[in-house]
Parts: sequence; structure tokens; C-alpha cells
Amino acid sequence: MEPFLQSLQDSGLATAIREGESLFPWIECAHVLALSLVLGSIAIVDLRLLGLASRDRTVAQTMAAVLPVTWTAFVFVVLTGGLMFTSNATVYAHNFYFQIKMALIALAGMNMTLFHLFLSRGVDGWQTPALTPPRARLVGALSLCLWIAIAAFGRWIGFTLNAPT
Amino acid sequence: MAAQFLDSFCNWLAATPVSQTIQTIDWIVPAVQTIHILGVAAVVSSALMINLRLLGVRSYDQSVARVTARFLPFIWWPLLMLLATGTILIVAEPARALENPVFLLKMGLLIAAAGVTLACQLPIRSNAAFWEQSPRRRRAGQLIASTSIPLWIAIICAGRWIAYVQGS
Repeated sequence: MEPFLQSLQDSGLATAIREGESLFPWIECAHVLALSLVLGSIAIVDLRLLGLASRDRTVAQTMAAVLPVTWTAFVFVVLTGGLMFTSNATVYAHNFYFQIKMALIALAGMNMTLFHLFLSRGVDGWQTPALTPPRARLVGALSLCLWIAIAAFGRWIGFTLNAPT
Repeated sequence: MAAQFLDSFCNWLAATPVSQTIQTIDWIVPAVQTIHILGVAAVVSSALMINLRLLGVRSYDQSVARVTARFLPFIWWPLLMLLATGTILIVAEPARALENPVFLLKMGLLIAAAGVTLACQLPIRSNAAFWEQSPRRRRAGQLIASTSIPLWIAIICAGRWIAYVQGS
């Protein structure tokens, strides 16, 4: 693992990001922008599952309007996050907050996969919050908590790396 | 003169017990920044959903009035929270923001974005179909959306750049 991380970090791209004056902050800007859209758009779906917002829309309508935004933004989050990671791969990989953040993202992904594969059966009938089953509310609540924690751990990474915060 | 006043104000604020407390307790600033980012997420995502409707890209099966009614509360209430958390961050490190040209730029952009949001919101109050009544109105709505999106992007970039630009 270590040689791989080191070679990643020694690549021309990683060096340019690490040593450049403004490359890293600009990538960080794109990361914050994209993650804001990921967090916000997922929260829109979660709050509808919980019956707290978009109550006049069905779950299916809410997801159809929002999820293309989520996935487009998620691609940018991964790209920009990956670029920042390579610039200091050996350090990030051993950072506690980074490790927990990745684990939480994996959990959020599993929660979403379970929902789409099994738990969203009958989603077309979830016209109103009252018709939305408890299992969907549970998925929404779990997703919301996980993404808030992901945001927090992400912010904490910056405070444990001697970088401008 | 003004710069000197600002400087002594920042020094005074940084020496107050509140500021000192925030500076001594390690977790306060990252925690407040996390809440700040969650607020930014709510505002920017809600603004995007309204703008995509104005552009005719998403939620086209719903009127502009319904979409704004759904998402505007998630702009204005989080914005209040952003002002509160932003203020805490200023108290924690006054000179980092108040003497920083990027912070002033961010505040200017924020006022512009709030103005553009009001320009979309206010006409709907008296006439729910305002933005859909004629091709010209629809184009005006698209113009509002294509002003609003770059403004929010610039606000986020300025926010991050505060950390990298030194105050004067």
C-alpha cells in the first residue's frame, strides 16, 4: 500500500497540486461547491422520505427532479477529492478523520443501495408522507445523519493536516 | 485612518473573553464551519433547484410558484443561520475575515445573490404565474437564473479563498 501511495504522491500531477500556489485552493473550491450540491440534494430526498419537506410531491417525483443533480455533483466531488488526496496521499491515507469519512461514505452508499434494490418497492404508491412507509423514513433519517457526519469529518481533516483552514 | 480603526477593532474583538474562549477550545471552529457548510449546502442546492426550474431544465411539471414555495424557505432560514455561524467565525479570528479583501468580496456577492433571489421571489407574491405569462417573462426568468448560479459559485469560491488570502 505504502509504495503505491508514495508513487501516487510523486506523480507530476500530485506534485503540481502540492507545490502550486493556487491549484489546491481552486480544487478545494470545486470540491466544496460539488459537495454542497451532493449534501443539499440528498437532504431534499431524505426530508421527503421523512415527510418533513416537499410534502406535496411524491417520493418518485422528488427523486426524479433531484438525483441527476446529486450524481453529476458526486462525480465532481470524487474527482476533486481524488486530486486533493493524490497531492498528499501518504498523509491523508493515515489520517483518522479521512479514514472515518471514507467508511461513512461507504455506509451511506450501502444505505442507498439497499434502498434502491429492496426497500423502495412500491415507491410509486408513496404519494403523500402518510403513505410513505416507516422503512423509508428510517433510510432517510440514516442517510441524513451519515451525510452530516461526513461533512463534519471532512472539515476536521483540514484541521489535522497543518493546512489553511 | 479607517484601516487603523479596523485594526484596533479586530484586536479588541480578539481580546474579548468570547473570542478567547472560542480560540482556546479546539473543536469550536471546525464544528461551526461544519454547520456553516451544511447551511451553504441547503442554500446553494435550493437556489439551484429554483434556477433549474426557471431555466426549464428540471421540475418542469410544476409551476415556478410551487417550486419557489418549496425551496425559498430553505434559502432564507439557512441564510440566517449562516450569518450567525459566520459571525461566530469572525469573533474567533476577526482580522482573518474583516481585514481580508476576499471576505469583503464575498459579502458583496452575497448581497447581489440575495437581491437576485428577491427579484425572482417578489413578483410571484402578487402574481403566481408572473414568470410564465409570456415568452419575454420566461426569458427574464432565465436571465435571473443565469445570474444567480454564477453568483453562488463565486460566493463559495470566495468563502474558501478567505483561508488562503492574507488580510492587509
